[in-house]
Amino acid sequence: MSTENPKGIGQSSCAGCGMEKEAEPGFQQALKKITTTENLVRIAQLSCGAEYSGIQKEIDSAVKQVNAVMVYPEVDTADIEAIEEEFGLKVASPDLKLIMARAKSIVTGKTQVDAVFVATCFRCAEAALVRSEIRRYIHEKTGIPVISYSFTERTTAGTLLTRMEALTTTARRKSLLAREKQSGLTAGIDSGSTTTKAIIMKDDKIIGKGWVPTIKVLESAEEAYANALKEAGVKREEIQALGTTGYGRFLIGEHFKADLVQEEITVNSKGAVYLAGKQKGTATVLDIGGMDNKAISVLDGIPGMFTMGGICAGASGRFLEMTAKRLGVGITELGALALKGKAANVKMNSYCIVFGIQSLVNSLAAGSTPEDVAAAACHSVAEQLFEQQLQEIDVKEPVIMVGGTALIEGLPKAVEELLKVKVIVPDNAQYIGAVGAALLASGFISK
Amino acid sequence: MKVFIYPTNSLILSDLVERFGHEPLAIMQEVGKKVRSQGLDSPPMNITPEDPKFGLKYAAVEVPSGVRGRMSLFDPLLQNAEAAIVVRDPVISFGCMGCARTNELVNFLLRAKKIPLLELDYPSNEEDAKEFVYKISEFLKSLKPADLKIQTNIENPKTPLIFQKEKK
Repeated sequence: MSTENPKGIGQSSCAGCGMEKEAEPGFQQALKKITTTENLVRIAQLSCGAEYSGIQKEIDSAVKQVNAVMVYPEVDTADIEAIEEEFGLKVASPDLKLIMARAKSIVTGKTQVDAVFVATCFRCAEAALVRSEIRRYIHEKTGIPVISYSFTERTTAGTLLTRMEALTTTARRKSLLAREKQSGLTAGIDSGSTTTKAIIMKDDKIIGKGWVPTIKVLESAEEAYANALKEAGVKREEIQALGTTGYGRFLIGEHFKADLVQEEITVNSKGAVYLAGKQKGTATVLDIGGMDNKAISVLDGIPGMFTMGGICAGASGRFLEMTAKRLGVGITELGALALKGKAANVKMNSYCIVFGIQSLVNSLAAGSTPEDVAAAACHSVAEQLFEQQLQEIDVKEPVIMVGGTALIEGLPKAVEELLKVKVIVPDNAQYIGAVGAALLASGFISK
Repeated sequence: MKVFIYPTNSLILSDLVERFGHEPLAIMQEVGKKVRSQGLDSPPMNITPEDPKFGLKYAAVEVPSGVRGRMSLFDPLLQNAEAAIVVRDPVISFGCMGCARTNELVNFLLRAKKIPLLELDYPSNEEDAKEFVYKISEFLKSLKPADLKIQTNIENPKTPLIFQKEKK
């Protein structure tokens, strides 16, 4: 059984406070291209409450735009009645028994799918337990990529789109994602919400870098790309393949006639394991971005489970930027400052970007040192990542932190303290998306 | 009388209520409205994000949207219920309501409504099944004929009880 139901893209919103985030520029046109050129991907929907929350149309719309189709694994009532004993988890809600039975249908091979989407209502504790366990169960038993999500009635197709795109990319482009070495002369541009990064690579080495704040998406990309080309000493027409990623990937992908336009979950995880030299085996990639966070569980360089987003901007790089500004230091100095301080000396009453900053200001007024405040800000972001996102994936070592925020030394330290594991910050961590894009784009050279 | 049934999609309960001359209040009729209503493009379920917002009438925003969306469907049934039959722990094939939290809330609201209410366990053998049907039939026989429409609102004491003759 499957349903398809197209609808226009809306806005994505924060589940916690209802704040809305704009949809990614240029994606509607770009996704039309995906719909007509890529293979159909079958995604199993294991959900509880999606129809009653009024968001089934949004889910169907998001999967249609990435040329996928939702399927609902066949089960009969005997399967549902037996599943609690078989799975070992007793629940009160019959719909949760149904999704456990559907998970079993996938694991036993009764239902063949390429990927799995597990979704339940936000704030339902029973559903959160089931969601987490069946995500792990399916991934461990089958290796099929799984994404889990908790929704509200405000969830829109736009919110789900990047996640669905990553899920289908993982299912569809396994051979491309398995690429371990860059070859030829390629470029990667990562158009992030805060900064735009460009990388030129030649024969598995980085030869040029460009980094500019994102002001106007296209102009910033042009500038970063030009800087990278200049440093590399190569001309634009010499580039054999170009890949784009990040928030503005569709727009700049169209502009630069990119060979690869790919969401940042798969690209960043590839870039992370490549730069950290951890392409084989398990790894966990953490990327605290300017606008949203990614936590990706990786096996042999390919994402298996991942989460994207965060409950609020208080868990983003933006919060650290605001803290630095309030302390009168540059963002590059905040990390070193935090290493000298002690987070426990400052009381943070809220994770919210507004009230969190207020807590820090109050602490300063009460005599806290800038070092302690910087450490508390890093700890707050790390704690939110830990509490809100890392519960949705299996954290396996090595843990690799990437993105510009990984260079704020206090942040990897705070994550290390919370996870009790060593965190790797590879060289060029801030260029991770651009490196991943340049690496994967080299797979298009022969074409 | 209008008799709320739980599980609200139980065809057996619905049939029993009808056989004894009463009107079953079943979820099928509310889902049917959502399917047949015009303007939106999605059979089988025309529930929109507005429905969970309507469900705020019964549960606060921290309650999952799936619960509130379900409550918006149950609202007219709960409003119109003059009696209720609740079957505890039924098997899925008898009738099933997917969300345990919604079920708890619906059962509570039925009890709070102070209407004639029969609560009984789902039978596990043939003897119990006969007793089950007997109890339901006796309960239905004890209800007033369907000539009075009674609306009560225990949750909001400012709303008076309304008795009116049902149009025939």
